[in-house]
Amino acid sequence: MKRYDLIVIGAGPAGLSAAIEAAKCGMQVGVFDENARPGGQLFKQIHKFFGSKEHKAKIRGFQIGYELLEEAKKWQVDVHLNAVVMGIYEPLRITVTEEDYITSYAGDNIVIATGASENMVPYDGWTLPGVIGAGAAQTLMNLHGVLPGKRVLMVGSGNVGLVVSFQLLQAGCEVAAVIDAAPRIGGYGVHAAKVARTGVPFYLSHTIVKAEGNGKVEKVTIAQVDDHWQVVKGTEKELEVDTICMAVGLSPMSQLARLAGCQMKENGGLVPVCDAYGQTSLEGVFAAGDVAGIEEASSAMIGGKIAALGAAKRSGFLTEAEAEEKYKAYQASLMQLRRGMFSHENKGRTDLVKTDEGYPLSMSLLQKGYLDDAEVEQFPGVGTKKYIGIHPVIECTQNIPCNPCQDACHFGCIQVGNEITALPQVVQGSHCTNCGLCVASCSGQAIFLVDESSEPGFATITIPYEFLPLPQSGDKGMALDRGGAPLCEAEVVRVRTSPAFDHTALLTMRVPQEMSQKARFFRRREVVQ
Amino acid sequence: MRIAEHPIIDSYQKGRKVKFTFDGQEMEGFEGEPIAAALRAAGVMIHRYTQKRHEPRGIFCAIGRCTDCVMVVDGRPNIRTCMTPLKEGMRVETQYGVQSERGEGQ
Repeated sequence: MKRYDLIVIGAGPAGLSAAIEAAKCGMQVGVFDENARPGGQLFKQIHKFFGSKEHKAKIRGFQIGYELLEEAKKWQVDVHLNAVVMGIYEPLRITVTEEDYITSYAGDNIVIATGASENMVPYDGWTLPGVIGAGAAQTLMNLHGVLPGKRVLMVGSGNVGLVVSFQLLQAGCEVAAVIDAAPRIGGYGVHAAKVARTGVPFYLSHTIVKAEGNGKVEKVTIAQVDDHWQVVKGTEKELEVDTICMAVGLSPMSQLARLAGCQMKENGGLVPVCDAYGQTSLEGVFAAGDVAGIEEASSAMIGGKIAALGAAKRSGFLTEAEAEEKYKAYQASLMQLRRGMFSHENKGRTDLVKTDEGYPLSMSLLQKGYLDDAEVEQFPGVGTKKYIGIHPVIECTQNIPCNPCQDACHFGCIQVGNEITALPQVVQGSHCTNCGLCVASCSGQAIFLVDESSEPGFATITIPYEFLPLPQSGDKGMALDRGGAPLCEAEVVRVRTSPAFDHTALLTMRVPQEMSQKARFFRRREVVQ
Repeated sequence: MRIAEHPIIDSYQKGRKVKFTFDGQEMEGFEGEPIAAALRAAGVMIHRYTQKRHEPRGIFCAIGRCTDCVMVVDGRPNIRTCMTPLKEGMRVETQYGVQSERGEGQ
């Protein structure tokens, strides 16, 4: 029987990170994944990640995937693909279906990193072709280059729903609306805002009544729900869509842990009870990533590393003290991600009204997906001060763990501080050079460069732009406000692209001066041939 | 429909163009991509009809978990088309219950 110092089940962000960390400690590692390609869901994530530099912030998910694969190769991790792990047996063995054979492997340690699966809600017509998981949409468009549909309804306003909505727009789909039964948008406000400013409406406290169509989705009925999640009669609305995308949460895929006999507990689904290093109630069996509790890829990667330390310590590849030292560093990094209003302890809370700093949270952002004009100026990244010359306007108003903007500016204009969930501030008296790096580095696309003094009566606004076709200098069209409503005529005066911007183009438009704090998106006038 | 140009993704890893048949009709796809992707690109939405109620089903999870997208491929039923790579000359058929032909009442 083939033996490994460490067997990792699942080649996603947690599993690969565990494998690399363990290999670095000198362990022989085998990773098993049921898919044909490693990387889990990372290769479908085309947005820039949050966090700080050590969390690979502002790098797009799929690039992080490539980095992990590269590292796994360098450290000679054995990756078994198309390999379905069927069970974990005593003493620390797994049975695996590879092609048409069943093979057993022995491991001195096992890390379960099997991730999560999508939740569903049933309704009339939910089995019609055209009703798909948000993950399916990502798989089709980002991995295989196939449009899931033409006009899509997104159900769920958590980060998955928001991120996939934006990706649908990038792929060339129309998003008819984002709906959520909850009264507040569940994901990051910045993710909602970048969808809202393109003109996608948000319907909160809304649910699906039914989907209809002849052999496929052609129409959907949505309606408002009351405080008890019951449909309010008379509020039904019909939308013509060919695709309904479900993004209603994830559940840990913890079946292997359960079958192995790990002690389980309820934590947004059944998860194994783990110690600080991720070790389950079974000696030598660890769990990391979403299977141990739903979070996101950045924390899953750290969780994987911590589990690897536990395994290395257990098998003598690290001394107690060496493991402890590394653990402390990883744990501190993990805790940075676990702060703020979207942290685990604040999950599902609807009573938060203020940021950590005491600024009132934007209710408009939580309910409509965009900041109200009247609310914007109170935030430290925007400010009421009248600037002369170009300056960044940072519409980052919730405590989310992210600070690439601070690192991006070499001129000290932007300050987040040590606490990465703090709201970024524009430093008084600093001098912006219009380099645009902050705009491109903001994973939430919440930074704009505004210049009210370039020309009498006009202002220029530089926005991040990740759509095709890319407008050209001289193009005329409409400036849209934060909610995506047409605001005024606008002319593109500059479009910048650069390897440093990593596919985020910087579009500068010229608008009447009084629109400088309102115009946040550009729509090109359709050229009639 | 295929995405011709994408603002973030420079290229998709694709094999060579191959021909396959869907219910006898010739279609084109890329070698190695999931059968389901090639079908969706060609506008095919219905993969199968359920055994009892004869309801249509298509792609749902696209990662091999739900089995809604199973079809008869080269004569074998219950093939997860979202996980099975497309090959030249594959015979893909709509699945009725667990077979490739309409039974009584279907």
